[in-house]
Amino acid sequence: MNALTFKDFATDQEVRWCPGCGDYAILKSVHKALAEGGSVPEKTVFVSGIGCSSRLPYYVNTYGFHTIHGRAPAFATGVKLANPELEVWVVTGDGDGLSIGGNHLLHTLRRNIDLNILLFNNEIYGLTKGQYSPTSRPGTHSPTSPAGSVEAPLAPGQFAIGAGATFFARCVDIDQKTMPSLFNEAKNHKGSSFVEILQNCIVYNKDVFDDVAAKKTAADTQIHVRHGEPLLYGADNDKGLRLNTKSLSLETVTLGVDGVTLDDIQIHDETNPTLALLLANLHLPTAMGVILRTERAAFDDSYWSIRTHERRQKVKQLLRTGNMLDRRPK
Amino acid sequence: MIRFAGDSGDGIQLQGQQFTVASAMSGHDLSTLPDFPAEIRAPAGTRYGVSAFQIQFGGDRITTPGDAPDVLIAFNPAALVVNLGNLKADSLILVDANAFTPQRLKRADLLSNPLDDGTLDSYQVVPIEISNLTVEAVKPLGLGTKDAGRCKNFWALGLILWMFDQPREPTQDWIKQKFAGNTQIRDANLVALDAGHAYGENTEVAQILHQQHTPEAPLESVEYRTITGAENLALGLVAAGELADTELMFCSYPITPASSLLHHLVGLEEAGVATFQAEDEIAAVCAAIGASYAGKLGVTSSSGPGVALKMEALGLAVATELPLVLVNSQRAGPSTGMPTKTEQSDLYQAVYGRNGDTPLPVVAARSPADCFDTAIEAVRIALRHMTPVILLTDGYIANASELWPIPDFEAYPAINTHKPTEQTQQPVFERQADTLARLWAAPGDARFIHRVGGIEKDVDSGNISYDAANHQVMTNVRSQKVDSVANFIEPQRIDQGVSGGVAVVAWGSTYGTLYKAVKDALAEGEQVAHIHLRHINPLPSNLGELLAGFETIIVPELNTGQLATLLRDKLNVRVEQFNKVTGQPLNVEEVRAFISKFAPTTKTIKQQEQVPAGAGGRLI
Repeated sequence: MNALTFKDFATDQEVRWCPGCGDYAILKSVHKALAEGGSVPEKTVFVSGIGCSSRLPYYVNTYGFHTIHGRAPAFATGVKLANPELEVWVVTGDGDGLSIGGNHLLHTLRRNIDLNILLFNNEIYGLTKGQYSPTSRPGTHSPTSPAGSVEAPLAPGQFAIGAGATFFARCVDIDQKTMPSLFNEAKNHKGSSFVEILQNCIVYNKDVFDDVAAKKTAADTQIHVRHGEPLLYGADNDKGLRLNTKSLSLETVTLGVDGVTLDDIQIHDETNPTLALLLANLHLPTAMGVILRTERAAFDDSYWSIRTHERRQKVKQLLRTGNMLDRRPK
Repeated sequence: MIRFAGDSGDGIQLQGQQFTVASAMSGHDLSTLPDFPAEIRAPAGTRYGVSAFQIQFGGDRITTPGDAPDVLIAFNPAALVVNLGNLKADSLILVDANAFTPQRLKRADLLSNPLDDGTLDSYQVVPIEISNLTVEAVKPLGLGTKDAGRCKNFWALGLILWMFDQPREPTQDWIKQKFAGNTQIRDANLVALDAGHAYGENTEVAQILHQQHTPEAPLESVEYRTITGAENLALGLVAAGELADTELMFCSYPITPASSLLHHLVGLEEAGVATFQAEDEIAAVCAAIGASYAGKLGVTSSSGPGVALKMEALGLAVATELPLVLVNSQRAGPSTGMPTKTEQSDLYQAVYGRNGDTPLPVVAARSPADCFDTAIEAVRIALRHMTPVILLTDGYIANASELWPIPDFEAYPAINTHKPTEQTQQPVFERQADTLARLWAAPGDARFIHRVGGIEKDVDSGNISYDAANHQVMTNVRSQKVDSVANFIEPQRIDQGVSGGVAVVAWGSTYGTLYKAVKDALAEGEQVAHIHLRHINPLPSNLGELLAGFETIIVPELNTGQLATLLRDKLNVRVEQFNKVTGQPLNVEEVRAFISKFAPTTKTIKQQEQVPAGAGGRLI
């Protein structure tokens, strides 16, 4: 059998996102990731909730289930427990996954069931026409917050790590070079993998991530973390992150300035949830790549380790357990 | 008929269950009513903390736990006073005389002691120092006073077993197994049981209490077992899985009184069911639907408030045409209502309770014994038509025990599914002409890769469609699919009685009471028949014709008239309602009086009887 290409993972359905939406690039990266990662179409299931992002399963030529608002992780849990052989992806957004469905996402990450969760974070409700979301920044003007939102936003990375996630990664929708491989990192992780994708809603929250994502400045506003390597970034790769042991925070430094040397730069350890939390909450530079990857038993494995698919007890015998009274002729 | 009553921490339910087993082992037919508060250990001695267990047993066919107990065993003043209203005059009351202290009388809001203020003049009262006698009996075993006192339920059980000439062996076996890890407690309970029994045999109490022997019931020559509704539902679901050669995935979230079903299924995990305790009601139904999409049969369970949370997901199961069974163990509502008290008030919710035109089949169990076949029927419909099905039961059925003739399981027909075989060559959404079921193609099969969802889909391809004509067609398909269920079910029959006069039409847990009421009415020469429905939606196709043969249709229900509305809606018939919502099952006498009001008799002069006031009966 010839290897499948990204085109084999596209469907014949017309893609119905707004022209210029960041979702297009993510979809293409999904197609590429599936082809490059050797996913088997019939053994792969995409499960989504409700919202712009959640239309994605219709555009991926695998099994797919477009469910109800916020509940995709629960449906996906049922799919994965029923058939642990399947590769199961969850596609959700900041409203679907962190507002109406926050509870399910929390418990999915806590259980560490083997799902690959892609959260498209555009910091706005797109499909209902632009209301502020739980990740919207304070001051966001929207139809339901005309004076600017006064709510404190939720940080997806902090939420995931707090819930006990074993894998957290982040990328930007326009970063098509690294997205497919990042998705495959998520797929290859046994347990719940949570990927936050900063996604540009060009209609209701246009360029909200420009401070982080704009191509011109990206080298200085993003830090791409790699396990075991010093946390360096910048156009000249001369900026870095140093751990301030007194304030327990990461501070930005420049090599050669104020006596800073490479030895001062924190080495990325993706197995350290404390460091991961500092990196996840860092803004400008904003951390990209695999921020956290730890090992813990996946729920679908533990679940089936104490159960069997085999029908060892037959009903005929079960009917005769308990307190019996035999009135058959002796 | 006996009623045990005490504090919710007194082991009342345990006494009742043990007496039930002993009675069954003696060959009696029986029916029980556990009646307990929602609080686990309610403040001791209070009226609202009283837990009770009622059992009717005997040498005849028993279908109800009975209206009014012949014997009340009350462990404290509160247990005595809250149960007095149900007693017949001349009933026997056994009380723990040690519990009638000024302090405990006060806890029960009593200003004087009912044992000597004349309250009990019309009853035969036997005060026994149960607490002291228990402590004394177990003293040689060296337990602390508190632990020793806790054995009093077994002491009293021993006495009651003596009174009704029932065997102690099943209880002794149970104690040995339950307390295998604590020999001191085990022995104390065994000693208490024997001491209570010996007290009846040897002491002067025998002058007042007489040992009564109950003859064996005329049972058929088969094997029986005692079973509760929750146990039998669990067995029925597992049996259906075996008949369908399909693994079940039972996803649930704890709620009273539905949790016992989850507990029983956890114990049956080697019989083809995997259980999952989800984070909430919504996740439970969603995981079950996910499992159904993946090729297992998803089953979920809850009670009214939880079912309300699951309704959006049920709509998705209808839209995606996936099989699913939802068991609703109904309880008194609205909102949290009375979690441990029974009611039949979720029929509207089951039949009508979703957004959109979203029909689905609804079946209802009538008794603990009936749960087995009803569970199989629910699964059969879900798999035959590729649809979610709601199975209605209630708190009374879930907890009540009865003697169940074990069915010949080998005679049950297999349940066919729409899983594709190697030969299958058809589009996923091509529907069978008779059932309107689509193919149950699951991930893993390269031939049937497809996407489903809640957005309206094209009737043929299953792809998203906003086409106006297609929505009409799909709405018709969903409706016709549920209607088609009626073509596969047995015609409705008359459970007992004769046509012409009054038809008592009902559903669910009122079965036992109505059986007895109609039987009594027939014996009095009244023209009455009992028609008990298993299929609520769709109704059996011959029901309209069957009911046309009666002058009057009576619909007794533990709600304000939900089946009555459905019958008017679907069959355009005139019905007389009899409704009661007290959290308790119907009484035979109150229904009996209501029947007599309408039923013609074969006697020339029909006696006019009044419906008892305050019994919840009302004419609409």
